[in-house]
Amino acid sequence: MIKLENVTKKFPGMKIPAVKDLNLEVKEGDVCVLVGPSGCGKTTTMKMINRIHEPTSGTIYIQGENALKMNPIKLRLDIGYVIQEIGLFPHMTIEENVATVPNEKKWPKDKTTKKVEDVLTLVGLDPKIYSNRYPVELSGGQRQRVGVARAMVSDPPIMLMDEPFGAVDPITRARLQNEFLRIQERMGKTIVFVTHDIDEAIKMGDTIAVMREGQLIQHATPGDLLSSPADEFVASLVGRNRSIKRLHLIRIREILDEVGRAKPATEDMSIDDIKQRIEESNIRSIMVVDRNNKLTGVIGINDLKKKTGKVATDYMEDIAESVTSDATLNDALSVMLECGEGYVAIVNEDDQYEGTITLGDLLNVVKEDS
Amino acid sequence: MLRTLFKWVVVPLLIVALGAVIVVYSVNNPTDSLVARSLTYSNVFKALNEHLMLMFVSMGGAIVVGISIGIMLSRPKLYYLGRGVENIVNVGQTIPSLAILALFFTILGLGFRVAVFALFLYSILPILRNTFAGITSVDDSIIESAKGMGMSPFRILKKIELPIAYPIIIAGIRTAVVINVGAAVLATFIGGGGFGDLIVTGLSVRRDMVIFTGASIAALTAILFDYIIGQVENKLVKW
Ligand SMILES: Nc1ncnc2c1ncn2[C@@H]1O[C@H](COP(=O)(O)OP(=O)(O)OP(=O)(O)O)[C@@H](O)[C@H]1O
Ligand SMILES: [Mg+2]
Repeated sequence: MIKLENVTKKFPGMKIPAVKDLNLEVKEGDVCVLVGPSGCGKTTTMKMINRIHEPTSGTIYIQGENALKMNPIKLRLDIGYVIQEIGLFPHMTIEENVATVPNEKKWPKDKTTKKVEDVLTLVGLDPKIYSNRYPVELSGGQRQRVGVARAMVSDPPIMLMDEPFGAVDPITRARLQNEFLRIQERMGKTIVFVTHDIDEAIKMGDTIAVMREGQLIQHATPGDLLSSPADEFVASLVGRNRSIKRLHLIRIREILDEVGRAKPATEDMSIDDIKQRIEESNIRSIMVVDRNNKLTGVIGINDLKKKTGKVATDYMEDIAESVTSDATLNDALSVMLECGEGYVAIVNEDDQYEGTITLGDLLNVVKEDS
Repeated sequence: MLRTLFKWVVVPLLIVALGAVIVVYSVNNPTDSLVARSLTYSNVFKALNEHLMLMFVSMGGAIVVGISIGIMLSRPKLYYLGRGVENIVNVGQTIPSLAILALFFTILGLGFRVAVFALFLYSILPILRNTFAGITSVDDSIIESAKGMGMSPFRILKKIELPIAYPIIIAGIRTAVVINVGAAVLATFIGGGGFGDLIVTGLSVRRDMVIFTGASIAALTAILFDYIIGQVENKLVKW
């Protein structure tokens, strides 16, 4: 889909090339993550694909065609582009910003409006609230989402994303990453994704291209990169805690069926039944759901001693944070550490209960691996 | 709605009315026959007419030429030339307007056209400088993301660079207008006419009333134009 052949880029006035003799192939529908230390040439590599920079030598093929011979404007209209600095247009509303490519392609107005609404909703920004705001009225993370929405509004088969989640806090970042992966699963776009966060690379990439000083050191799947790093540099980049890093690679739903947790209690369940269920399944806490299977709280064994009452709701505590089953095991671990609990509740998008993962489950996974 | 009406109609009308009151009062209440002879309706309207012509012609030309050259100099290929021109313009601006007029008088002689031409050149400077500065101040990342999404250089200029630079360009036009109205008063010295004629007449016959009338209408004209452009400026900046 995207193929770089012996690509070199030397900026005028620079002694050493920013990118040197790079060979890289990204298959259709794959997310290829470029990772490496600051200044190693990730952004430069990406910008040569949509010809913001012209390679000094080498060839770039896109869908089998020589990109360097194509009309750059046509080429770019079909490549979604999220730049590192976001680059929203300050004088346009969010809606107008996102409609940039449709307007360039002269789509009919109603089609544009509808697509802009869809894509804003997709990245988690309510069009009713945000459409008519200006970029200055948004937080950094919201702006980044607009940047992503703007790049994907015309459904380009290829997307180039330069640190698209750089400006957000870890929790929001994890949520955006999961949303992104969920969308990508459906859309199956070919994506070049730049980051200097190896954890993000392992989580997001179908393949990871590790770069250093303008050269490609290793291009492999996250699993292969973790199990057999090509050299010292890659090994130090992926770090010592490789078995823990594997938690990035496994989604909760992949282990949820195996763990076989106790059924949740219902809100009106009597306290004796609850005690019995806790004892039988040898657990320290039990989740509580309402009639629609929506998660409403949790009862720990300590709550049973401390409080009095007849039914589940009398003993129930609130749950601070839960995760969806397409989050990674590492996300689950983060939430456990964040909340200081040994478990985390798994819910679907509608907040309906799907299961529970404990610290023990994660330890088992890490143990199996190493 | 009421606010808009107030801003766009009531305030300008008030300024015009104030000018009219001053004119009507001083024409109808001359302190002596000398004043009466200098301050007739036809004299005042001739001065107003000449003054506005001086301004409109020179400003119109300055806006068109200043913005065009400013845009041209902001193109990447001419950027370094633009930097140089910017410096020259800044120096040019420090030359007093009277000196400019005098300079043109020695080269081109007397008359309305020479005055227009001098005012035109003088007013180009702030417009050109602000157009260049406004466009080149647009963040590189904004241009790059536009380019990366497939916008052509012309589309980027039209949809991104100019709209972002508008407020700065308008501010330049505003500066030019205020300078222009002031300098137009001096046009009288090279036979260009305008309110300057009234003021100079007043000075030579030593009648404060004539000077006051000429000067205050010139000032009100400057205030009126400055106000209107200020309103346009506010309307353009939405973000
Ligand atoms: N327009 C340019 N002109 C000259 N040199 C440049 C230009 N853009 C990048 N470089 C140089 O090329 C090298 C690679 O830069 P690049 O932006 O690709 O790094 P990066 O891997 O994206 O780093 P980061 O993680 O900090 O974004 C750097 O040494 C940089 O200074
Ligand atoms: Mg970069």
